[in-house]
Amino acid sequence: MGYPLSAAAFGLGVAMLAGYAGTALAQKDGGVLKLYHRGTPPSGSIHEEATNSTVSPYMGVFNNLVMYRQDEAKNSLETIVPDLAESWSWNSDGTQLTFKLHQGVQWHDDKPFTATDVKCTWDLVLGKSKAKLRKNPRKSWYKNLKEVTTNGDHEVTFHLKRRQPAFIALLASGYSPVYPCHVPPKTMRTAPIGTGPFKFVSLKQNEHVKFTKNENYWKEGKPHLDGHEWTIIKSRSTRVLAFIAGEFDMTFTTDVTIPLLKDVRSQAPNAVCDLVTTNVSTNLIVNQDTPPFDNSDIRRAMVLSIDRQAFIDILGHGETLQGGAMMPPPSGVWGMPPEILQQVAGYNPDVEANRAEARKIMEGLGYGPENRLAVKISTRNISIYRDPAVILIDHLKHIYIDGELDTVETSNWHPKVARKDYMIGLNLTGVGVDDPDANFYENYSCGSQRNYTGYCKEEMEALFKEQSMMTDQEERKKLVWEIDKRLQEDAARPMIFHNKAAHCYQPYVKGFVTHVNSVYNNWRLEDVWLDR
Amino acid sequence: MSAYIVKRFLLMILTLVGMSIIIFVLLRLMPGNIVDIMFDSAGFVDPAEKANIERELGLDQPIPVQYFEWIHGLIVWDLGFSYVSEMPVADEIQPRIPITAKLAALSLFFAILFGLPLGVISAVRQNSGMDYTLRCISLSGLSLPSFWLALLILMAFVQYTGSIPIYINPPDNLWDELLLYSIPAAAVGFRSSALIMRLTRSSMLEVMRQDYIRTARSKGASDNAVNYRHALKNAVLPVTTIIGIEAAFLIGGLIITETVFNIPGVAHFLVEAILMRDYPIVQNLVMLIALVTVLINFLVDMLYAVLDPRIKYAD
Repeated sequence: MGYPLSAAAFGLGVAMLAGYAGTALAQKDGGVLKLYHRGTPPSGSIHEEATNSTVSPYMGVFNNLVMYRQDEAKNSLETIVPDLAESWSWNSDGTQLTFKLHQGVQWHDDKPFTATDVKCTWDLVLGKSKAKLRKNPRKSWYKNLKEVTTNGDHEVTFHLKRRQPAFIALLASGYSPVYPCHVPPKTMRTAPIGTGPFKFVSLKQNEHVKFTKNENYWKEGKPHLDGHEWTIIKSRSTRVLAFIAGEFDMTFTTDVTIPLLKDVRSQAPNAVCDLVTTNVSTNLIVNQDTPPFDNSDIRRAMVLSIDRQAFIDILGHGETLQGGAMMPPPSGVWGMPPEILQQVAGYNPDVEANRAEARKIMEGLGYGPENRLAVKISTRNISIYRDPAVILIDHLKHIYIDGELDTVETSNWHPKVARKDYMIGLNLTGVGVDDPDANFYENYSCGSQRNYTGYCKEEMEALFKEQSMMTDQEERKKLVWEIDKRLQEDAARPMIFHNKAAHCYQPYVKGFVTHVNSVYNNWRLEDVWLDR
Repeated sequence: MSAYIVKRFLLMILTLVGMSIIIFVLLRLMPGNIVDIMFDSAGFVDPAEKANIERELGLDQPIPVQYFEWIHGLIVWDLGFSYVSEMPVADEIQPRIPITAKLAALSLFFAILFGLPLGVISAVRQNSGMDYTLRCISLSGLSLPSFWLALLILMAFVQYTGSIPIYINPPDNLWDELLLYSIPAAAVGFRSSALIMRLTRSSMLEVMRQDYIRTARSKGASDNAVNYRHALKNAVLPVTTIIGIEAAFLIGGLIITETVFNIPGVAHFLVEAILMRDYPIVQNLVMLIALVTVLINFLVDMLYAVLDPRIKYAD
């Protein structure tokens, strides 16, 4: 069986399995799922945002062509199932991905869904349509997408510039919903219309976002809930207390920090809390265009000074993980295993040896106890950014670098980074899909808007492309590890640790599975039901 | 008197014009604008896309043009659209005003209800056990940050009742509303009542040393008559000033309380709007607060004449 056929067959097989699993349980219909939200979502237009503040509440409004199985905790190519697409197939050279679409699907405003809507959506993302998105954060994901064509109302083909087997992984993300052609982007931001299991009802700033059941949902018997309502509570203490008091059925996505988890477990012992990796990493962005960090030796010394375990022990209570650019196993599919990670410069557990080597490098450059290098560590004035920055300053002291904390208000952070008005920045990076194509092209590829440091190397671009074209996923993994190792040693965006946080829900909430390698893909909520 | 009122009224208008310029300029002096915030949630800034949005929102216009457009809008009651929700500003602000107004009124009510009589008792029973106890309580009221007190109240509720008195859904009736706002109002009012109590006490003590109080006592007036008819009436004058100032400052305390108790009032909304650089919301809301403050000050000035006949506003 050739590659394209096997992929399609696999997709159908998994779909059947998912369908079977779905009917095996005796779900109860009815009830409104009550959740809290940490703040007003910036908009309802998923394609324009890069935050789970939007994806989590709004994913249920839409459908994708394909999606990650909602009942499988670990996202991978093997857990992709059809959504609006009934099936998919690749052409022989892997450059055309064709989807057969479900018939009889309607938008929430009763207009029919057709292949043209799919084409419109990706024309919008590619910037080819007359209507424009205000912001387009995932343009880099579709760098390899040439065009989308339709064949009648129920078949659509994605034409790629080159083979990219993992392209479908991007389409399965919660960040890849299908938009209606007939609704302008402004409406999609304020009152989005989709084909999904829930219809948007209202958003009131600082108060709530409400969704109601789509009675005409095209997936028979779904959704089970009458709706879901998100109460916006800015104060974390208040919202966690409210969850403990039973006012909410579920917390916001991974909103419960590791220290808070202890409180929740002791005060609400019946609550189900999943402590999971979030695919959000704490890392450094280093301005390599201006002195002193245009010098690769200083960058290397800096990387060697970091004691990652100290960060993990202090900030993560020993729970967060060391890793490279790709999320580490066991939750991550593509991260370097510990034995390989330890071979990467700076990851040797013997911190003192690393620092001795770093000091030697610094001394070679003329720095020492009497001639210390003064740098500014810029970061957002939010504790999850500020706290690791303070620890970093302490670590840098060991190699004759005196760091000064430069806290930046959120509104000024990205403009400052875009101006390259920083020496070292402490940054958090969330990855929507646990796949190298998403991560490398978004954060490390030449010209990507989210490649903050402007890291751009021809040989790395070639490697990104090579891994992206590989069909043998095991071989691809080995190349990805090699790329990741080089990214760390180049200090492209040195990783400090991969975060973990807990997602909690009351025991009567059924059919919800917390995903372990992405916080963006499990919010369709069509399988969720309340056993009360 | 009428000339004075006209003069004060004109001064009010002048103050409001000055306020409008200060608000407008200060907002623009703050680094970053709504477009930077919008891009924050997208994780990058694209200069071309940023320029497009700035043009769309009119932020590319010269500052004086933007100012006069806003003032013109105020005059014709076209407050513009929120940058964040893309909804009319009036629709965003209006439903929140009664919530904060009720909360502020209730807080002030609690503050006066407890502050004034306890201040009198404390003064009348100076240096007694009761006086020391009340002074300790008032000192704690001034020292405890309201957010901390509010959190303690919430934690105590969850711990001992298993429920949490925060705003999740709009109250169904007046009684529910009163119950919902009472706890946050008490949390905010505690500080104000402490201030009022201390001021009433010191003011009463000062008045009670006056000759006319001694005269009243020597004429055989009862304690209650002396304390409440003669002393309190005169002692309450500086307290009235403080109550007026507190009413204006209450908005500061309400920001924290509305956040902790999740009350969707204008105070919390204003802070969010400032953080989001939602200029139309901030400008109009701060103008509204300025108007209320100026009006309260005006009313307090007028009240002086009523409370103290010696004060005359000569024509």
